[in-house]
Amino acid sequence: MSGRGGDADGLFDRAPDDRVQVLNEAGELVGDVPDLTDAELVDCYRWMRLARHFDERAVNLQRQGRMGTYPPLAGQEASQVGSAAALDDDDWVLPSYREHAAVHVHGLDLADILLYWMGHGAGGWGAEANVFPAAVPIATQIPHATGMALASKLRGDDAVAVAYFGDGATSEGDFHEGLNVAGVFDVPAVFVCNNNGWAISVPRERQTASPTLAGKAAAYGIDGVQVDGMDPLATYAVTRAAVEKARDPDGRPRPTLIEAVQYRFGAHTTADDPSVYRDEAEVEAWRKRDPIPRLERFLRETGRLDDGRIADIEDEVRATVTAAIERAETTARPDPASIFDDVYAERRGELDRQRAALNRLRERHGEDGFLRD
Amino acid sequence: MTTDTQNLTLVQAVRDGLETEMHRDEDVIVLGEDVGKNGGVFRATEGLYEAFGEDRVIDTPLAESGIVGTSIGMAAYGLRPVPEIQFMGFIYPAFDQIVSHAARIRSRSRGRFTCPMVVRAPYGGGIRAPEHHSESKEAFFVHEPGLKVVVPSTPADTKGLLASAIRDPDPVIFLEPKLIYRAFREDVPEGDHTVPLGEAAVRREGSDVSVFTWGAMTRPTMEAAETLASEGVECEVVDLRTLSPLDREAIVESFEKTGRAAVVHEAPKTGGLGGEITAILQEEALLYQEAPVERITGFDTPVPLYALEDYYLPSPTRIEEGLREVVDFP
Repeated sequence: MSGRGGDADGLFDRAPDDRVQVLNEAGELVGDVPDLTDAELVDCYRWMRLARHFDERAVNLQRQGRMGTYPPLAGQEASQVGSAAALDDDDWVLPSYREHAAVHVHGLDLADILLYWMGHGAGGWGAEANVFPAAVPIATQIPHATGMALASKLRGDDAVAVAYFGDGATSEGDFHEGLNVAGVFDVPAVFVCNNNGWAISVPRERQTASPTLAGKAAAYGIDGVQVDGMDPLATYAVTRAAVEKARDPDGRPRPTLIEAVQYRFGAHTTADDPSVYRDEAEVEAWRKRDPIPRLERFLRETGRLDDGRIADIEDEVRATVTAAIERAETTARPDPASIFDDVYAERRGELDRQRAALNRLRERHGEDGFLRD
Repeated sequence: MTTDTQNLTLVQAVRDGLETEMHRDEDVIVLGEDVGKNGGVFRATEGLYEAFGEDRVIDTPLAESGIVGTSIGMAAYGLRPVPEIQFMGFIYPAFDQIVSHAARIRSRSRGRFTCPMVVRAPYGGGIRAPEHHSESKEAFFVHEPGLKVVVPSTPADTKGLLASAIRDPDPVIFLEPKLIYRAFREDVPEGDHTVPLGEAAVRREGSDVSVFTWGAMTRPTMEAAETLASEGVECEVVDLRTLSPLDREAIVESFEKTGRAAVVHEAPKTGGLGGEITAILQEEALLYQEAPVERITGFDTPVPLYALEDYYLPSPTRIEEGLREVVDFP
């Protein structure tokens, strides 16, 4: 139980396995619709459609050799879009490598996301949005969020730091250290666990014997709440409440652990074959909980969407992704000598010598002296 | 212009350096295990908690990765955290955070995010400590692009290098040779005092052999040099002070004068900085070379329990023997 305000809906005053849901699997309303305008609700739908289409195109680009290894997100749109839509621009997002939708909703350009997976150092992470570079080692971004939130609190700012990670990350030391430090110092952080059931091939049951991941919050003296991660309205409502609790200027900012239960429909990455380790029947069962038709049905039945508007969104989404791919693919290959940039703030003699040696070889042999294809 | 000084030990210089920088810049924040009310297990942060309060001198949970990871977030947000790892032998849980994130946030974000952070750790052996309290693993961090690595050997340098490290825009691993935390005193400038990173100091001039060393090994090296001087052999002792970036110019310049060199460090020999320094001489001053470069180092073993640590650490006698090998060649 929170008992510290900011929990008017009782979202944190419930058992760790009492999963928050607003729209059930059939798209029927079973909870309170969060305080969003009609346009914002439709935006959530549009972002989910955009994320799904972006994901399909990205996987295809990889298959065609136009992009490197890519981690698909299909199935996880609701948690990413719902939670990120609950943030203010000044808040910070510290993603893992699968949060393409969340970081886009928080302001990162789709082309920049593609560039990163196309292996361009210029991609993505120089943008203005308050998004930290994706963390590829597991759980390491969790203490960073704690530190950003602590810094925000020490500075007297309003910014909340939101870390995203998977169920596998909860087995790592940094999960425990980050949440523990956050709890001790009452930092304005939100920890969103996108529990998609699998850490590559290892199922959630092999990560922990704990009945829920949300329940782990008790060990750190913070609120933990489980939410249907394929219900965009529920993930929005829970994240919004957690952010408000974190920001609460009159009370004591408190961190929250959110376990968003969901499923990844596809592979861990394009280098992975999930048919080796999981049954198609399991995938099909989860496809029935797909977040996109769920929200679509609700929006149709409440008169917020119709066939015409949906067709417009479809067109808009396709055009947006096509334009992003075009921008990414026409971005010039980075200057090879740029690998020596941004290692240190000041230029360093040894790096300058190595840069000069590389450039001498390029002048002598051209780029053919280096490139493999 | 005259500068007032205080006669301080090396660990008092750490404390004075932290206090001076905390007064100068309110973004400087000290955090770690026992650094607050207790003033640090070596008293390196004594009185800072009383002077600056619990928001700037933060007693953390016992969690090295959490401390460094939290510091990375704070630094990226704009603060200048100075986390303490209580002993270098306990830094390994934070190794992932240091090399995977602190070292490369700048390059990964093309300069948008930076990590101006100083990880302080008491370092090295010789104080009769238990296992895992005597490690000298500077080579791990020197090998990592994006980090700077500093090891002072005198109180005045300690204060000045620490100030430069705190003001540096990049992450610095600041290793404090705890064997000499209280071994001697020196006049240290009061108030603002910096020593630039990346510059070696010649502690003793000589023309017969160059000895490159740092940290606690500087003193037994100087002792060995004085013994050899009484035999007519003049050693030039170069205290590197900063191990990353290495002062290649100073290393090469000294070697060109003497044509013979030794490296003294207490870290294990294999993969240690002695090999790097030898390679620099081979690359840049081969034709000056009159003898093989001698590496006088710890052994390729775990630091032994303290009953045997005197055998592990290079002693003045071992250093003298090594230097005679170089001088007597061929």
